[in-house]
Amino acid sequence: MWPPPGTAVISPLTDRKGPVSSLFSDYQIWTALWTTIKLTIFSAIGSLIVGTIVATLRLSPVGILRFVGTSYVNIFRNTPLTLIILSCSFVLYIQLGISLADSSDPAFADINGFRLAVVGMTVYHATYVCEALRSGFNTIPLGQAEAARSIGLTFSQTMREVILPQAFRGAVVPLGNTLIALTKNTTVAVTISVMELSAVLKTVTERDPGLLNMAFLVVGAFFVILTLPMGVATGWLGKRLSVKR
Amino acid sequence: MSASVLFDAPGPKARRRYAILGVVGGVIFALLMALVIWKLADKGQFAGYKWKPFAEWSTWDNYILPGLWGTVEAAILAIVISVVFGAVLAMLRLIAVPKGNSPTAVALRAVTWVTTAWVEITRAIPVLLMMLFIFGWLTAHGQGSGNGPLIATVAGLVFYNSSVICEVIRSGVDQLPKGQSEAGRSIGLREGQTVRLILLPQAVTAMLPSLISQVIVILKDTALGYNVLYGELLYRSKPATSLNGNIFAMLIVIAAIYILLNYAISKLATWVEHRLQARGRTAGPAAPPGDPAGPTNAPGVATGEAA
Repeated sequence: MWPPPGTAVISPLTDRKGPVSSLFSDYQIWTALWTTIKLTIFSAIGSLIVGTIVATLRLSPVGILRFVGTSYVNIFRNTPLTLIILSCSFVLYIQLGISLADSSDPAFADINGFRLAVVGMTVYHATYVCEALRSGFNTIPLGQAEAARSIGLTFSQTMREVILPQAFRGAVVPLGNTLIALTKNTTVAVTISVMELSAVLKTVTERDPGLLNMAFLVVGAFFVILTLPMGVATGWLGKRLSVKR
Repeated sequence: MSASVLFDAPGPKARRRYAILGVVGGVIFALLMALVIWKLADKGQFAGYKWKPFAEWSTWDNYILPGLWGTVEAAILAIVISVVFGAVLAMLRLIAVPKGNSPTAVALRAVTWVTTAWVEITRAIPVLLMMLFIFGWLTAHGQGSGNGPLIATVAGLVFYNSSVICEVIRSGVDQLPKGQSEAGRSIGLREGQTVRLILLPQAVTAMLPSLISQVIVILKDTALGYNVLYGELLYRSKPATSLNGNIFAMLIVIAAIYILLNYAISKLATWVEHRLQARGRTAGPAAPPGDPAGPTNAPGVATGEAA
């Protein structure tokens, strides 16, 4: 359904000459949309993995692990995403020479930039995933765990049967909100020239100011279309899964 | 450590296990840090000449401090304007629409509907897109230089954050006892007066911790102004690194400034929350943290330290 990235997109609108058609034909807006979606998916998976690890550290009973987890959250959540993504490009790649793509590939700059952006997005949003999971645990009254222990359930039984199901339900809404914010934050990747949707708007600004209003409407509408269903699904799931207490 | 939801109070065996885990985890973490530091040192990132500029006043005076002022200036403007607009939006959304099809009722319904649509749309569009659009519009109309970047940055932040603040205030009002608005009505205040004199002040007080943590979001988001050439901390400081190639050192210093500022503000939010709790004035427990850019959906953010 989606065109593979990098290919020119033939849209039925390209033959007619109007602002919309030149927007779609000259600025590869479908490719940009696809890049935004890919950026969202990869960063979401990455943040979920790293965030779960950090949450495990933060919730562990071992002081030093808790310290590591808490420091991670306090450091990266208080740093602007723009700075983190800039660091990925300027420090990781340019200063330290860590590249994440095959340098003989003709599309090296694009792929490398994209992957660096995914790394930055992951590092930043992992803190929010961690806090979402932690807030899921925080919704559970202590009595639930005490009741489970007092009827003789072991640690793993308590986790499996009592704690984790409730924690997961409590974390659904904050996790959904994190995903929405992550989708919108993909725009920051324009800082290191990843050609996603906001890069289209930026290019239009520089080259073709006459198309600006149309470009903003189209790109803005894409984000509304992407995030609204997430919001609806989050609200629906949150209501459906909420634990009645 | 006492018992928590996850772990019972440890006995002697568990304590031994924790100690072993602590040592192993500590060693793994230390090794990871050593690896990072070794890699950085290998590439000469700790060379004296890269860090020496930060001992010189001129670096601070010419680059970092003007940038910090740019960041703070945009943040303060955005916060003040967002709070004002947010309160207005909240009032428009909170007006009780009378039943029936009288012209007033239809007009009020239209106002609430338009406000709701506005709030939903401005929260769904990324802040950076709005900044780029406003900056592009200003440039096309010959206003791109001078104050253009500042206007674009502040306006982008205001469009989004005023809607977020509107929702925070609204959820604060929702959590007030129903008797408050009824009492206002019964002593003869009009609808608008009840909202303005009775509900808003209480809601704002109750939601103060959430509003303060929104300040952190705004402060961090001023960095987006980098993309519209606004002279904030990153944009102003980067040229200082062109001579020595010490961008790593510079980014560390800037990150430290941001972390210190935001950490202090989040501590303030927690302190205010405890104060309010002691006075019995909170509107229930703070909402769960975990929303990177403020409450996108569920109103009511928390600092993260809150829970």
